[in-house]
Amino acid sequence: MFSHLHASVLYGLGGILGVLVVASTTVIMLKRRHPEKSYVELSQRINSWWIMVGIFSAAILLSRTVSIAFFAFVSFLALKEYFSLIPTRRADRRVLFWAYLAIPFQYYWVHLEWYGMFIIFIPVYLFLLLPMRMVIIGETKEFLRAAGMLHWGLMTMVFSLSHAAFFLALSEDKNPAGGGAGLVLFLIFLTQFNDVAQYIWGKLTGRHKIIPLVSPNKTWEGFLGGLATTTALAALLAPHLTPLTVPESLLAGLLIGCSGFIGDVTISALKRDIGVKDSGSLLPGHGGILDRIDSLTFTAPLLFHFIYYLHY
Amino acid sequence: MLQQLFFLFVVRPLVLVVLGLNIRHRERIPTKGPAIVVSNHNSHLDTLVLMTLLPWSLLKLTRPVAAQDYFFRNNLLKWFALTIMRIVPLERHIADRSQDPLAGCSEALKHEEILILFPEGSRGDPEQLGTFKTGIAHLVKRHPDVPITPIYLHGLGKALPRGEGLLVPFFCDVFVGEPLLWTGDKAGFMTVLETAIKALAEEGHLPAWE
Repeated sequence: MFSHLHASVLYGLGGILGVLVVASTTVIMLKRRHPEKSYVELSQRINSWWIMVGIFSAAILLSRTVSIAFFAFVSFLALKEYFSLIPTRRADRRVLFWAYLAIPFQYYWVHLEWYGMFIIFIPVYLFLLLPMRMVIIGETKEFLRAAGMLHWGLMTMVFSLSHAAFFLALSEDKNPAGGGAGLVLFLIFLTQFNDVAQYIWGKLTGRHKIIPLVSPNKTWEGFLGGLATTTALAALLAPHLTPLTVPESLLAGLLIGCSGFIGDVTISALKRDIGVKDSGSLLPGHGGILDRIDSLTFTAPLLFHFIYYLHY
Repeated sequence: MLQQLFFLFVVRPLVLVVLGLNIRHRERIPTKGPAIVVSNHNSHLDTLVLMTLLPWSLLKLTRPVAAQDYFFRNNLLKWFALTIMRIVPLERHIADRSQDPLAGCSEALKHEEILILFPEGSRGDPEQLGTFKTGIAHLVKRHPDVPITPIYLHGLGKALPRGEGLLVPFFCDVFVGEPLLWTGDKAGFMTVLETAIKALAEEGHLPAWE
């Protein structure tokens, strides 16, 4: 069973399960100690984590193909949420359909391990094809705005995220410690851990606002505390899951901490521009899917190219 | 049986996975019949979403009220409308004044069923709220104890507007209002109903679609 996975990946998934058990137990104890306080949002948040971790683990455990399909589905949910939030033009309905169609293709290139096509399909071919499709329809009012919004969505929700899946297409020999799944776990776990760590550091020690115009709750203390914790954890996990050396793993930790933060506030800026607090209601306690994968849209391509450049 | 299979394997995956719902005030959805669910109408998907919204155990009691002239155009469509969707057919153009166009609706309510009604009468322009027809007031007057749940749907007119065959996925926002009752006069009731649905429309963020 699970012969496609390295033992370290199974330990990693077990470790995440342990973290969730601790989190749920803590909430139960908090409820008992302070029955007067409401822990509804915290409970919802952790329950949603259970479901997300459950689905993610099942995908990783089942097979490489299922894991790739899982990321394709996350891209679909994210792109759908984005298209539902932004003002779109009535004339572009069919163009949006083509944009959705990019998802199965992009992840099929991942499945084929065809790096050359994977890396240019959206930035080159769809970048040129979709405006062409819009021109054929012929609506010129707000053309530039529509084309720009469409491409930003595809780059963020499909191209960026698909880098997480491409770890599964990399040669297993170059990463004897964890294989492709090890790299996926390293990326996803540290990105989500960094979010939580920055949140907790901010709650406990945060005083100096870092970017008040975009995200008034983010503080320097939260950012730096999270960054340090994530970097330490990256150094600890890297030997078991990745081919990174110790200095490289420290850099990878810094990269995830910084770019995760930037991804987070970028989606915050988008939501602020549109005028919504949450991007949706898919994940109770978190908001929509974009609220959860905001950091990942930056960490996935950046960590991928960092490791790809150094080791593949 | 056929209806259950169709809803389990076609409608639910379509509504919950391909589209996806953001539901505001889920607790206001009726849990038993008789009841009337009233909503704005922009797409064929509206009925499917409303039928998915109601508890699974109420599916066999849910009856969308639909235009007879449209759904009885051919035998296949008629079979689908009656067997799978279990519509209450409504004659939109009555020639004979002695006929009661609302008899079917009344009958359904007497059997403790849940009616789905679109007072705009047709799907109209995508994502635009048309004027309400007063048929609903005549029906509610006869059944003053039946609660009316107003619902505002947003997004389905983008996903599958009238005259389009290609479905483009969008999240659908569902705003459920507090149940209303018959107010005593027709004009007053129509005002209350229209105000309730317009208020629901203003609750959320609805991006422009021009």
